[in-house]
This record gives sequence, C-alpha cells and structure tokens, in this order.
Amino acid sequence: MKSNSTSLWDLYISFFRIGGLTFGGGYAMLPMLQREVITKHNWVTEEEVLDIYAIGQCTPGIIAVNTATMIGYRKRGIAGAIAATLGEVSPSLLIITLLATILFHVQENVWVQHAFGGIRVAVCALITQSVLSLAKKSLIDLPTVLFYLAVVLSTFFLSVSPVVIVLFAIFFGLSVQGVKRRVR
Amino acid sequence: MIYLELFWEFFKIGLFSIGGGLATLPFLYTLAQTHPHWLTAKTIADMIAISESTPGPIGINMATFAGYQAAGALGALIATLGEVTPSVIIIIFIARFLGKFDKNLYVKDAFYALRPAVVGLITFAGLRLLSVTLFFEHTLKVKEAVLFAVLVVLVLRFKKVHPLIWIVIGATAGLLLALPS
Repeated sequence: MKSNSTSLWDLYISFFRIGGLTFGGGYAMLPMLQREVITKHNWVTEEEVLDIYAIGQCTPGIIAVNTATMIGYRKRGIAGAIAATLGEVSPSLLIITLLATILFHVQENVWVQHAFGGIRVAVCALITQSVLSLAKKSLIDLPTVLFYLAVVLSTFFLSVSPVVIVLFAIFFGLSVQGVKRRVR
Repeated sequence: MIYLELFWEFFKIGLFSIGGGLATLPFLYTLAQTHPHWLTAKTIADMIAISESTPGPIGINMATFAGYQAAGALGALIATLGEVTPSVIIIIFIARFLGKFDKNLYVKDAFYALRPAVVGLITFAGLRLLSVTLFFEHTLKVKEAVLFAVLVVLVLRFKKVHPLIWIVIGATAGLLLALPS
C-alpha cells in the first residue's frame, strides 16, 4: 500500500538506474528491476514484481514503462507513477538525443554509410531472431497460425493499419475462446 | 503545430502497441508513410540498430530518435512523453480499479489472438525492413543477401546472443564488404 516514507526522488533515481542499465526491453529488465525494487528498497515482494510485470506485458505501451508506472503508483500514488516513469525514460532521452546529434554530423561519411549498410542487414537478422522466439510461444494451434499468416499478408500486401489489426485481434480472441468455452 | 502532432502520433503508438518495443515498429512504418519528412523506411533500420545497442527500453529509444529526427531535442522529449502518456493513464486506472488484470478471463481470451497478431505485425515490419535492405532501387543486392543468410544461420545456431554483438558483426561486415570497391 501507499507509504509516504518513499520519496519521489528515490523512485526517480531507482528507475533512472533501471532504464540506464538495461539493454533492450522486455525480460532484460527483470534482473535490474528485482535488484532495485526488492533487494535494495524492499518496495514490493518478489511475487508482486512478477504480477506487476505480467500486467505490464498485457497492457498497451512499453512493458518497462508500464512496470515503472505501476510500482511508482503503489508507493506514492499518481505523483509516484509519474516520477518512476520519468526516471525510466530519462536515460534514453539523454543518450539517444546525444547519439542522434552525433549521427547527423557523420552520416555523410562514406565509411559510416558502409557500416550502417551492414548494420541494417544485422538488424534484419535480429528481428528474425525475435520473431522466431515469439512465434514459439504464440503460435500454439491451427487458429493462431492461420491468424498469424492473415496478419502478415494483410499488412504487407494490403497495407492494413496495425490499429485495425490490434482491435480485430481483441475481437477475434474473445469470440474464438468464447465459442470454445460454450462448446465444452 | 509539429509538437502537438508529434505528441498525438506517439500517443496513438503508445495506446495501440501491445507487447513491448518491437511492437511499435509496424506503427513507425505507417508513420513513415504519412509523415515522410519525419522518418523513412531506411532511417527506421538505423533507429532500430541504435535503439537495440544502447541502454533503455527499445520502444522509448525509437520514439526519442524519431522525435529528434522530426523536430530536434524538444521533438525527442515530446514524442517520448506522448508514447508513455497512455501507459501512465491506463496503468493508474488498472491499479486503482482492477487488481488482478492479467488473471482476468476476458484479458486472457483477447491475448489468445493478440499474441499471434503482434508476432504477425513484427514479421511485417521485418519484411519491410528486409525489402528495403535487399531490394532498394529494385535490384537484389547480392552481398547484403549473402550476409543476411549467414547471419540468419548464426541466429539459428546461437539463440541467446546479445543484440549489440549482431550489430558489431553487421558493421564490421559492412566495412569489409566495401573494401574491394
């Protein structure tokens, strides 16, 4: 529950550290999160962290931000939610703005362009890696496989908006699972 | 006014992208079509590379980068705030009124189809990226295609390799392939 012993500054700094020391999103943040909010500050229990993380995964937006907002809210209400979220995104703002500035100055350089040419190919491979590991967990039966193929084809060839896909998926999931339950 | 427009576009991305950073990618491609002066399909690839190899959530890094490209440092801030605002509102609402949101039956039902949809959307983003990388100017670039094939084989053999390592390999290969010409 809410306790006023946690200062907004502590929340900001803790999540600043989590944001600044995790590479990549998702599961990569869990170890840092556990260290800061359980081991160091005792703000939540191990079990609560996993619950909060699960909620963060199934709500819209960036998982790391959702998790920060939830823990901040539990400790200090709305002000805490905002402090934790700003802490989580501050390192990105600083580092990426700095890098983008540098990149704009060197992007005409031929060697930088060659390097980025190779990097672009590597990013394609990286995304292939993500798709493979996600597919293993998400494509669990025939309807999900068919739905996956329909999404790929309709977005790639018919330029269907991702917003439409997300809304339709919610509808599709509720109806398929609802029908399944009624049949049983 | 560009700042308001940036805020609104990234607010929508924050509201509709479910399932982590890469899930924002298909929305960024849509944005590249409607706002070509903000970002292009080609710069999105560089954005992913930088976002994956720097600390911080990938989705936030990409929003910051895209905002910076569109309207400088203030644009970076506005785009990021736009992307996190829906999260803050929704999470506060859930924390206050719905305790065990993830255990809710309807949420679970929706995720049965949302999960494959998100994988499908990321696959779409990957295909767009691949077509820009390999078929840019409508000719197959052989060196890039070979490099991609090699990397995918590596990906399949070594599953848990840090993104930073792939990017270093990519940059090195890009420089080496450019040497003979």
